[in-house]
Amino acid sequence: MTLNTRDIVMIALFAALTAALGLFPPITLPIAGGVPITAQSMGCMLAGALAGAKRGGLALALFALLVAIGLPLMAGGRGGFGLFLTPSGGFIIGFAAAAFVIGWLFARHSGEVPLVTSIIYIAIGGIGVVYLFGIPWWAYTANQSIAVVAGKCTVFLPGDAIKVVLAALIARGVRRAYPGL
Amino acid sequence: MFDLYRPGTSFLHRAPAGGKVLALFVLGTLAFIVDDIRLIFAGLALTLLLYPVCGLTLKNAWAQIRPTLWILIAIFIAQAIFNTWQLGVFVIARFGLLLLLAGLLTLTTRASDMIDGIERGLPFLRPLGVNPAKVSLALSLALRFIPVLAQITREVREAQRVRGLENSVIALAIPLFVRTLRMSDDIADAIEARGYRP
Repeated sequence: MTLNTRDIVMIALFAALTAALGLFPPITLPIAGGVPITAQSMGCMLAGALAGAKRGGLALALFALLVAIGLPLMAGGRGGFGLFLTPSGGFIIGFAAAAFVIGWLFARHSGEVPLVTSIIYIAIGGIGVVYLFGIPWWAYTANQSIAVVAGKCTVFLPGDAIKVVLAALIARGVRRAYPGL
Repeated sequence: MFDLYRPGTSFLHRAPAGGKVLALFVLGTLAFIVDDIRLIFAGLALTLLLYPVCGLTLKNAWAQIRPTLWILIAIFIAQAIFNTWQLGVFVIARFGLLLLLAGLLTLTTRASDMIDGIERGLPFLRPLGVNPAKVSLALSLALRFIPVLAQITREVREAQRVRGLENSVIALAIPLFVRTLRMSDDIADAIEARGYRP
């Protein structure tokens, strides 16, 4: 795997962007029934859609490393290695896998990816892959069955759906405004 | 440097970062293997004792648990209903132990020391195709980018507020990404212009 200087800077940038997204104030949308949405989980969706599989995946892996060494980068100022031992741990790892999968799916197209297709791609990674890692680890750390945990996660789905659509719209806008990606 | 470090001079503060990470890894694994609740409680008591020994307060210890308190309570209730309350106590005690141990590492180690430790450990990963110079460049760049991005975010939000767009996520995000991507291209050029070849 070869990385040029631009790749390294992009990896650092998307790791930092995921961290900075935690600084956005939580946005309360009337459609979400008053449940606040933090922008941070969009980091992996945008890294995959904009930076591609290799750079996006490594960016989120770098973000996980920064959280692990104790920087309070997760939304709400959480951080430290202990976070990986909580139910959140699987989600942080899942972010990196999700960015990789989203980037890989986007790379299958040469021109602009149609909006509906990109929404599907981002949902596969940002919801499917993230929970594929998040739910089993949550179930394991909490000694609960996978079915019980999966039931709990349905609460997040409306917010996730909004984030997926937003990420797809942002990715399309950025790709149009900055075609050299 | 914004991290969770609490300055001090105790033996844990002075211990090398790499050793502490390794110790946390070993102890954390042990906590998952052990299935005797007395050992977990002994570990909890010892770990709690280490907080004042390292010049930290019990308030610091509580701060490690507090963010996950509702999760711990939910786990305990679920265990008490679906299994036994004894198992619930065991699971949350083990959880608390891991959080307190990881907290000790975080509170007694500067993030910069942790990064130095990682950079020293990186050459061992060279056979796996990891280039230590590239990883440490990415680490330091990311740390430098975080405050820069926070600043750009504030600027873009201010600009969009003037336009009445402060509630539009898309109107905030697209200029933020375009500005930072342009910045990262300039930085990559600047790094290469200085003859950097990892």
